[in-house]
Formats: sequence, C-alpha cells, structure tokens
Amino acid sequence: MSVLVYTESENGKFKKTALEVASYAKAVADQLGTTVTAVAVNANDTSELGKYGVDKILNVSNSGLDKFNAKSYASVIKQAVEKEGAKVVIVSQTADSKYLAPVLAVGLNAGYASNVVEAPSSTAPFTVKRTAFTNKAFNITAINTDVKVVGVSNNAFGLVENEASATTEDFAPTVEESGVIVQSVDKATDKVTIADAEIVVSAGRGLKGPENWGMVEELAEVLGAATACSKPVSDLGWRPHSEHVGQTGKPVASNLYIAIGISGAIQHLAGINASKVKVVVNTDPEAPFFKAADYGVVGDAFEVIPALIEKLKAFKAANA
Amino acid sequence: MKVLVCISHVPDTTSKINFTDGDSKFDTNGVQFVINPNDEFGLTRAMWFKEKQGASVDVVNVGGAETEPTLRKALAIGADNAIRVNAEAKDGFQVAKELAKVVQDGGYDLVIAGRESIDYNGGMVPGMLSELTGANFVTNCISLEVEGTNATATREIDGGKETVTTSLPLVIAGQKGLVEESDLRIPNMRGIMMARKKPLNVVEAANAETETTSVKFEKPAPKGAVTLVDADNLDQLVNLLHNEAKVI
Repeated sequence: MSVLVYTESENGKFKKTALEVASYAKAVADQLGTTVTAVAVNANDTSELGKYGVDKILNVSNSGLDKFNAKSYASVIKQAVEKEGAKVVIVSQTADSKYLAPVLAVGLNAGYASNVVEAPSSTAPFTVKRTAFTNKAFNITAINTDVKVVGVSNNAFGLVENEASATTEDFAPTVEESGVIVQSVDKATDKVTIADAEIVVSAGRGLKGPENWGMVEELAEVLGAATACSKPVSDLGWRPHSEHVGQTGKPVASNLYIAIGISGAIQHLAGINASKVKVVVNTDPEAPFFKAADYGVVGDAFEVIPALIEKLKAFKAANA
Repeated sequence: MKVLVCISHVPDTTSKINFTDGDSKFDTNGVQFVINPNDEFGLTRAMWFKEKQGASVDVVNVGGAETEPTLRKALAIGADNAIRVNAEAKDGFQVAKELAKVVQDGGYDLVIAGRESIDYNGGMVPGMLSELTGANFVTNCISLEVEGTNATATREIDGGKETVTTSLPLVIAGQKGLVEESDLRIPNMRGIMMARKKPLNVVEAANAETETTSVKFEKPAPKGAVTLVDADNLDQLVNLLHNEAKVI
C-alpha cells in the first residue's frame, strides 16, 4: 500500500528532482498513513534517499536499462507498483519521466495528473493542484482511479529532509523490449541542465551576437546556473535550440531567473513564469519584462553584467 | 503512408485567461482559437511527407462543433481530410481513447501530435495513445525521417538530444524543430477555398470514460511591482537577492 516513487538517476547518481519527488512522496505517505518505496535504476548509492523520507528502496541493476527507454522503464515501474500494491505513484517532470508517465498510466489503468505543484489538498477524493494555461492559471484536479500517477513539477515542492532508515532490496523485474532504440546521445555532461538548475541565466537579442555570450556563461558559472536564451536567439542560430526557453521551447521553473536583453514577449514569459524570482536587465525601461520581474536594472548589459559578475564573486568570496 | 495529425484547438497565446461558472470553466469570451503551436509544427512536417513521399494526411480533433474552424485551417494548410470526434474533451485519457479508435479504424501508420497543448499542458495524450494502440512512441520530437516502415527521430532531452531508430506504426509528440518556425505555412486564398470543399467528417464518440475531474481553476496571486535597482548600485541587487529573495 506504500506510496511508490520513481527516483531518477544519471550516471549512477540521483538527480535533484529524484530527491524532490522523494520528499513529495513522503508528504503523501504521511497523509495516507503509509510508507514510501522508491524504485532506483542503476544507482550507485541508494542510501541518500533515506534522508528524504524513503523507507524502502527497490534497487534495479540491469545493463539492459543503461540507456533510458520509456517503454522499458515504464514496465519496470509498473512491476514495482504491482509488487508493492501501491496506489499512488510519484514521478518527476524531467524529460524522461514525462516521457514514461503516460505510458505507465495506461499500463496501470491509472489517472495521471502532470505538472503538480503542491501536496494533495485531499486524498479522498485525491485532489492536486497543477499548472495550466502555460503557468497563467492553476487547475485543481481530482484523480478518480484506484491507482494514481502524479507528476510533480521540478522545483515546485522543494527538498524536505525526513530522516528514515531506508532498507535496500534488490529487485529484478523483467525488462520489456522496446521498439525504440537509442542510437546516440548528444549532451554536454559538464553543464547544469535547465530542468535541474536552481538558477537560470538567460539572454536575448540585446546581446547583439553569439560572440558576446562569454559574460553570460561566466555569470552562470559564478552562480552555478544553467544558461538559456530567447527564441530569436536560437532561431538566429546564436545558441543551440536546447537552450531556447519559452512557450515553444523548454519550460523553466527555477528559483532565480535572470533575463538579460530579453524584452519579455508573452510567449517567452509563458515559459518562464513558474520561476520564483525574476530579474531583468534591459536598456529599455518600457520592456514588458519589467512588469513580470521582481527586480530590474535599467542599463546596458555590456556594463551591468561584467560589474554584476565582480560583485557576485566578491559576495561568494565573503560568504564562502 | 497514412498520416494522422492530432490538432488541439487552443486559445491564442495572447489570450486573457479567465474563468466562468464559479471558476469551473475557461471563459472563451473574446478569445481567438488557433491550432496548438506544437501541433502546427507536426502538421507542417506532415505536409513534407505528403509532398515528397506521397503520404496522405488527415487531421483529427476531439471536440464540439466550435473546433471546426481550426480543423478547416488545417485543411487550408494542406491536410486531405478532417475528422472531428463529437465529444467534449474532458481529460487526456478520454481523448487518447477516442483517438485510439480513430487510429485503429483508419489504419494510420504514423500519428503526429504535439508534445503538449498550450491550454491544459497535460502532455499525456500522445504517450497514452501509443500505449493504447500498441505503436512505438517518441516524445519531444525535433526531427523525423521515415523510409518505408523505418523511422529515425531525434528527441530533445534535458541538456541535449538523443537520436533513435524505430518503426511504424509510430506515434510522435512533436515540437519546434520538427520544422522551423519559418517553415510554417499561412493558408493562402486557394487553400482556404479548397478547404471548404474538403471532407470534414463528424464521427460519434466512443463515449470513453475519464479518469480525472477538473474541479476548478485558480489564477496566481497578482504580482507586486518590480523593484528597480540602479545600474551603479549592483551591491544592492546582490543584497536583495541574498537577504530578501533568499535565492543566492
């Protein structure tokens, strides 16, 4: 009956979102008066999960699961759900978890609510709050099925420590063959991804050309942030499409979003609105972004950003 | 190759988002509806399959009669036939089940949907549809080539991309990248005239069940005014971010 959570890892290490969904699962389990069971696939050290309230870990080690595959992973999680008799299944909203969740939901005959931002307001009926209209509204949704799948938005619930003495059990599910075969993965492994980042530094056409991104990268490095860009910038080929954030690009839900030389078109704001604190740097005080931002600097990015980098370095040094 | 493109009928991005009936329904008053942007990238890619590879392209929507202008627009862009499943779209599972019936009845090889609709943002219909019809599935799809029954697709992942090979029958959830924005087509007069004569078949719903219920909507609390910091006083910005916002 325990709450089951899929804790995603990469190169054997849990993603931050995994710890966040574990925290969420613990909150749901407390409401239901039950325990939390996590499914981990090819993770090196599962003990970290105990800190976030996980009581039991089903540890799957299988070289057939080295590369993520939605169908195979969904089938692994389904077998774990059945083994545990779980009624509530929690996943994150990373690209991979969003990929597998609908497949898993059909397999379990479960209702699925995506983009959930808070712990359930009620467990009978099971009612959650999710974002809709691209962050311009919330939809309160009840899941009516016996088994429920909840997709928790990244960086919405946060990390909540709840020391539990997690026990680890080896779990060897059948790995279902998939008709989709990964041929190659093209990914910068040394960079913070937009999905995982607590801080995102984003720049637009105001930077005038791709050769000026050095200061954006440097600001991101000082802050431990991911870099992103506006749509025109990726359309112009100044930055890769994978950095494009906004309605047709990647959604951002970071703690801090810094927009440099981005005017704030409605399509851009729709994609980044879920970020908690927004800072804008723009020469034009009439730029729409100032209406959406919490903090603003009217000024030339070529002066403001290098100066801000120096200030932040001094701040880091003083607070180290 | 028989291609089916799923078309969501969504409010234009610039629409004011308001609710009626005790915040239970989206207020369509004064709202202009469009083809969901993610679906439009897919539809444009489908046109390429039609023109270069001789594919047939149908479009489908699950909704009431009010969605027909959006289907007509898809016909004006170049789809051959439109299908409207006559049912109010209530949740992702119900829509996926209705679409599964259309896919099975029509014997489609390739189904192209959007990664999510920009209204409810569920992001679940394509994945559910693939599982219900036993098709392969690639989401966040940014490129797609089909040769015979083999397909090569690129999926956007967190921080990069991944190339996969798969085969028909296939469901993809597309997005920008499948074609570029500059490739999108604005229907011309000839297309609009032709679209009026193309078949738009209304099929009765299979009365699929829902699994979730929309209880109500809420709007985010209004945001306070921006705090402006002088460009010569960035220490203040660092201070505010550290002490007030507590994000660094």
